[in-house]
Amino acid sequence: MVLDAKIPAGPLPQKWETHRKALRSLRPSEARSYRVLIVGTGLAGASAAATLGEQGFQVEVFCFQDSARRAHSIAAQGGINAAKNYPKDGDSVERLFADTMRGGDFRSREANVYRLAQISNAIIDQCVAQGVPFAREYDGYLANRSFGGVKVRRTFYARGQTGQQLLLGAYQAMLRQVKAGRMRVHPRAEMLDLVVADGAARGIVVRDLVSGAIEAHAGDAVVLATGGYSNIYFLSTNAKGCNVTAIYRAYRRGAWFANPCFTQIHPTCIPMASHYQSKLTLMSESLRNDGRIWVPARKGDARPPSEIPEAERDYYLERKYPSYGNLAPRDIACRAAKDVCDEGRGVGPGGQGVYLDFSDAIRRLGRQVIEERYGNLFAMYHEITNEDAYQVPMRIYPAPHYTMGGLWVDYNLMSNLPRLFVIGEANFSDHGANRLGASALMQGLADGYFILPSTLADYLAARPAPGGGARRPAQESPAHPAFGAARQGVQERTRRLLGRKGTRPVDEFHRELGKLMWDECGMSRSAQGLTRALAEIPRLREAFWKDVAVLGGGEELNQALEKAGRVADFLEFAELLCRDALHREESCGGHFRVEHQTPDGEAQRNDAQFCYVAAWQFQGDDQASVLHREPLTFEAVPLSERSYK
Amino acid sequence: MSGQRPVVSDERRVASDVMNLTLVVWRQKDAQDPGRFETYEARDVSPDLSFLEMLDLVNDQLIRQGIEPIAFDHDCREGICGSCAMMINGFAHGPEPAVAACQLYLRHFKDGETITIEPWRAKAFPVIKDLIVDRSAFDRIIQAGGYVSVTTGQAPEANSIPVPKPAAESAMDAAACIGCGACVAACPNASAMLFVAAKISHLATLPQGQVERKQRVVRMVKQMDHEGFGNCTNHYECMAACPKSIHVKFIARLNREYLRAARTHPSRPGEHSGSSH
Repeated sequence: MVLDAKIPAGPLPQKWETHRKALRSLRPSEARSYRVLIVGTGLAGASAAATLGEQGFQVEVFCFQDSARRAHSIAAQGGINAAKNYPKDGDSVERLFADTMRGGDFRSREANVYRLAQISNAIIDQCVAQGVPFAREYDGYLANRSFGGVKVRRTFYARGQTGQQLLLGAYQAMLRQVKAGRMRVHPRAEMLDLVVADGAARGIVVRDLVSGAIEAHAGDAVVLATGGYSNIYFLSTNAKGCNVTAIYRAYRRGAWFANPCFTQIHPTCIPMASHYQSKLTLMSESLRNDGRIWVPARKGDARPPSEIPEAERDYYLERKYPSYGNLAPRDIACRAAKDVCDEGRGVGPGGQGVYLDFSDAIRRLGRQVIEERYGNLFAMYHEITNEDAYQVPMRIYPAPHYTMGGLWVDYNLMSNLPRLFVIGEANFSDHGANRLGASALMQGLADGYFILPSTLADYLAARPAPGGGARRPAQESPAHPAFGAARQGVQERTRRLLGRKGTRPVDEFHRELGKLMWDECGMSRSAQGLTRALAEIPRLREAFWKDVAVLGGGEELNQALEKAGRVADFLEFAELLCRDALHREESCGGHFRVEHQTPDGEAQRNDAQFCYVAAWQFQGDDQASVLHREPLTFEAVPLSERSYK
Repeated sequence: MSGQRPVVSDERRVASDVMNLTLVVWRQKDAQDPGRFETYEARDVSPDLSFLEMLDLVNDQLIRQGIEPIAFDHDCREGICGSCAMMINGFAHGPEPAVAACQLYLRHFKDGETITIEPWRAKAFPVIKDLIVDRSAFDRIIQAGGYVSVTTGQAPEANSIPVPKPAAESAMDAAACIGCGACVAACPNASAMLFVAAKISHLATLPQGQVERKQRVVRMVKQMDHEGFGNCTNHYECMAACPKSIHVKFIARLNREYLRAARTHPSRPGEHSGSSH
């Protein structure tokens, strides 16, 4: 089956404007009879909730954290892109669009990416008006900096806490709607299933993480804004709670999962130091503006960095990619780091690290400027490693960070299941096979503030109101048997998890899965390794269900139970991820298949066979998923080899 | 072919590189349970572990012994989400300055040390389980007025209002608050003044926050009192405990803002006995 993305006709620059004007809207008096359920309160979920509330909808918001303000968008450091062209360095909507297409290695939809670039400027306007304290120049105007894969300065930032400030802006806008009586927030509530009836999404099943109560909620539309699945690798830069459950459960209920194998490894993270480490910490990509990346030229050179003379250092990014140098895109910077470490030239414990050296920048600009720009990052680095990066170079290594894959959505951000919308990192998104830095915040807020509120309102306005046009009831009764069945399913699964009287903690299985996925489906992948992983995963899953220890009860706050449910889903989803990686016989962006590389080790795409979005449909536990293809066509930015040399 | 994970197993460390700790941890099954301290041993742990990773390790061992793990809030583990919250040896987030508990490393403790771990203690933050407390009072304070009312799409061009760099920097100093509640936990009065002051100062410093400046401070302070937080009596413990080093000068700002609004704002608030500087 060929998928229809419902991309509007007409020339690329006019598509969104024309489409948007044709979308129906609802008067607030009409909107208030519709109930929208939003799961997740990161940038996408919070901004969508705020805007839908402003439009008059009744909004019910759910998040597993104890406060909506703690969703993982809060940890985004570097910045948010927009095509404002304030520095007058030749930026434009077209250029942001082209950079993003090329950065994504031609595996994203032109129409979506163009719309994203167009909306980028309105996001900055919105956030400034909310009081987001972006960095400013001495003249009082907004400051910009550069990010990887880009030659212009288009990134807006608030020190190293851009995500925090943008999220607090959206969270505050959301709470304004709570005060106005149009919204209820349910913190410490985790979505564990999607309710589907007559082929459409009708609601969700949620576990109250304090009381343990399992409840069904019905809505006229369900919006998933539940983020990505990098935690499948156990160690990642994601928060510990980030998980795949909401979108994976929706997939099991019939929503199609697109490009699961497109995962992003981030080049600048603090290397792993201990077996018991629980997460990896990102050092913002913005550091690559002033830091130079190098390793010793000679294999096994164990001298301290200060004793290695200039001539015996290999600034490999500057050498291999002279045009972009240290600002090469993430996927390329990661593979280059892996290559030099595989050659035995890595630094630090286990040889799994490269230097990010600020000594030139400190000499050129002075320590004070570097402190102003990156002080909090240097402090964080010091706290974790006990090393002073003003004196010795930082050590960095790639770590799982973001997932471009997610539930398939059309141009209106609706999944193949009617009434189910997916936004932010949770959808398969606009980043193709590799996301450029400072684009995740842009996409989350574009989806939430500007796109979804228009398309969702149009969708609801077009439905005939039940009861011959009478006003719809505020709350659809969850009387439909599908609600009871879904609720029962969740209760049953919870009982099953608690019934394991095994001996091994959940984390042990998660670590094992993470290592397997990192080894065979991480920075580089091969048919052989993926086949091994596909054989190993069911064994691990079986061991989990046989020997996992989940203590405590279901009707109380039980963190082990929460974790067990998430890891159980990762153990199933891992297979889908590996299958997708095995089927995609090409290298593109973050998906690097060793069988498909150019003679100098760069990713080699196969446009003849794989220029499509792969959307997988669940068929049952013992059946292979069915693949649906959405062909990608390129008009404005013709398919070309991606070169940063 | 694929990337090998570096494994610096803790066994490979020499004996002097590991430490033993005794933990005295508050255990409380639920809000009704009176709660009690339990003692656990953390053996042969690396000083490079974070404090929360040490708790992970202890929980791992507890689970293997059939004992329910210690419940504690945590998420990003890089000091920005504000989830983690615990008193460590009587200090909110532990004795190190300017870090959240998740950024605290064992190298700051001594081998053989006994460490007491408790939840935040405040009337407005009731204990839910073990070290987990209910901080929803903070959400309700923000909800009372901690925002700029701008409907999506109606914002003017971002550069139409220049903001002096010092004002933007000062706003950011205040806006850096992560809402963890350490200020409340550290204060002998369980006052939330620093938390409220941070949001008030952030928005009052920027031109965008001017229109609602008075009603914002009146409403937020009213909600703060309603939630049962105490008042500021100038101990400065909040600033010492704050993982983001939010300055108490913002409390002085809050008092000024409140006084100004209370004298002139049409909806005069009820009685408030905030501190004065």
